Amino acid sequence: MEQLTHMEANLQRVKKGDAKASMHRMEIDRIRFVLSSYLRSRLQKIERFFPHILEREKSRGEGDPSLLSPEEFAFAKEYHANTETYLKAVALKRMPPNLQTVDMLKAVPEPCLDSFVFLRVKERQENILIEPETDDQREYVVDMEEGSQHLMRYRTIAPLVSSGAVQLI
Amino acid sequence: MFCEKAIELIRELQRMSDGQLPAFNEDGLRQILQEMESLYEQNQSDVNEAKSDGRAELIPSIKLRHCCLLRNQRCVAAYLYDRLLRIRALRWEYGSVLPANVRFHMCAEEWFSQYKKSLASFMRSLGADGLDITQDMKPPKSLYIEVRCLKDHGEFEIDDGTVILLKKNSQHFLPRWKCEQLIRQGVLEHVMS
Repeated sequence: MEQLTHMEANLQRVKKGDAKASMHRMEIDRIRFVLSSYLRSRLQKIERFFPHILEREKSRGEGDPSLLSPEEFAFAKEYHANTETYLKAVALKRMPPNLQTVDMLKAVPEPCLDSFVFLRVKERQENILIEPETDDQREYVVDMEEGSQHLMRYRTIAPLVSSGAVQLI
Repeated sequence: MFCEKAIELIRELQRMSDGQLPAFNEDGLRQILQEMESLYEQNQSDVNEAKSDGRAELIPSIKLRHCCLLRNQRCVAAYLYDRLLRIRALRWEYGSVLPANVRFHMCAEEWFSQYKKSLASFMRSLGADGLDITQDMKPPKSLYIEVRCLKDHGEFEIDDGTVILLKKNSQHFLPRWKCEQLIRQGVLEHVMS
């Protein structure tokens, strides 16, 4: 963001029609696109899984860093409250007394943590336990070399993604 | 059969699968709520009877009605929430001010204005002056683009101060970032030769 404002300020100073201005402008556009796209994806994920995200925030331990920025957290809470208010006002309050709430955690689908993802290993990992998927399989361990690429279930490597040891592709 | 009206509401939305918003089926909703009320009342009286007279054979029908009530609640919630998702998509597509014909079908003004506010305050918090993330939907390919004007839009000022008159069918070579919103609103059309 700071880079964007810095570049826009630079652009004002460069003479109009100078070739450098177009380069600058393109670079600004590209940066702005990547930034916007990243923030949009995050917002869309928040909207899609809001009850589960809010639940995880609530049950987060003292020392664990939040996955959301304070503004994202505020957005998630507002979205939750807004949707609940709407559903209550339009339909739920006109329903029989024992059905006037909807359990959002059950109503909204959970993110599928078992989907397969591609990853690249940045730090060598040893003894990663792979859980069996079906009853015939048994659990086994793999070692992951630095720089190697793998395809496996997200759930298995989720903690490694947060620590930065692997990178999703 | 119970819950038929609820399924009908869901089918109505499923028919318009490309995200269009049909008119709010106030009538359908009212019928479902009435059905729920009558089911609940029947259940209440049966429960009382079963408890006081010990009539255990009423229990299966109590269970059936309760399932229907839950199903109705689920369908209604799904119908309403799907509509909210479509309305949300409209904000991202058209911007803050919706065209009149779209607003007419909405019946969720309060939710929409609250959503707009949440989104706006989030965007304002990004960086020093905020960043409008509803722009820049596609990766930038070139700096300037050729656009054709689809309807009269009046005068349009670009960054260096020049004013362009946007008349129907006129073609201009304009900076991409200024045109994006007008293209989405349908005023300009990107001409790709």
